[in-house]
Amino acid sequence: MSEISTQPNDHPTAHPSYRTVITVWVALVVLTGCLVFLSHFGLRAAVWGLLTITPVKAALVFYFFMHLRYEDPLLKGVMLVAIITLLIFLVLLFSDVAFA
Amino acid sequence: MSTESHAHAVHRDDFGAKLGMWLFLVTEINLFGGLFIAYSYMRHKYPAEFHHGGAELNATLGVTNTIVLLTSSLTVVLAIMAMQRGKAALSRAYLLTTVGFGITFLVIKTFEWSAKFHHGLYPSAPHLGTLPHGEQIFFGLYFTMTGLHGLHVLVGMCLLFVISNLVKSGKITQSKYVLLENGGLYWHLVDVIWIFLLPLFYLAA
Repeated sequence: MSEISTQPNDHPTAHPSYRTVITVWVALVVLTGCLVFLSHFGLRAAVWGLLTITPVKAALVFYFFMHLRYEDPLLKGVMLVAIITLLIFLVLLFSDVAFA
Repeated sequence: MSTESHAHAVHRDDFGAKLGMWLFLVTEINLFGGLFIAYSYMRHKYPAEFHHGGAELNATLGVTNTIVLLTSSLTVVLAIMAMQRGKAALSRAYLLTTVGFGITFLVIKTFEWSAKFHHGLYPSAPHLGTLPHGEQIFFGLYFTMTGLHGLHVLVGMCLLFVISNLVKSGKITQSKYVLLENGGLYWHLVDVIWIFLLPLFYLAA
């Protein structure tokens, strides 16, 4: 049985190194620590941590662990559209709440 | 009939497989995104009740589970990297380690939920009905979102276990490992969702 691939080199040639993925994991753990540390300074600080540190953590997972950095622009575009759509809904919600 | 016509050709499109997986992940992002938006609105409407509800949760367990999931994400990446280098046995070992982390996460979550149940905090509990409306909504969202996430962890563990068996049987190889990559993508998304759930419920409520 033979296999025909539409793209002989489907997998991107660039891959993250062991050093990169370990560094990203350390960064994620440190950022989690920062989030916990900020939460000790009250609700306002915790919310700021949620709004700033959490997206950075998610971006690190998407970009390095989920390989998005090395992927085709089409895949990056799919993710971008999904995130922008969610942000639009959030903005619409809070604009409605603010003027209600 | 020529010899060529007997050859059974299997169409393979790794990019298409990955694009399909990403599109599926978008639907998952929208599923949880809708719940995040619902949480945001309710938190805005009932800030004091959400604060009281959040104080009932065990942040230490939440943070421990975060470290467990982050580390499991790393072991999935290491499984893919091992496969790229042709080390199938090592790749399988990393996958099974990831499943182990998934089990650890669910065990911690079970202890956490059990404590809540013991305090009369579960959907439709008589005690929960006596709490202010905002706190009932908080716990409703807490059980819905962490429960749905836990279900995703369970599905991800089953998926990775099946993939580890395919690695063992030689159906996933150094030259054909898109299924392993897609399983990894699913697991990472489960991790990303928890990255948001930790501050929403345990730290910034």
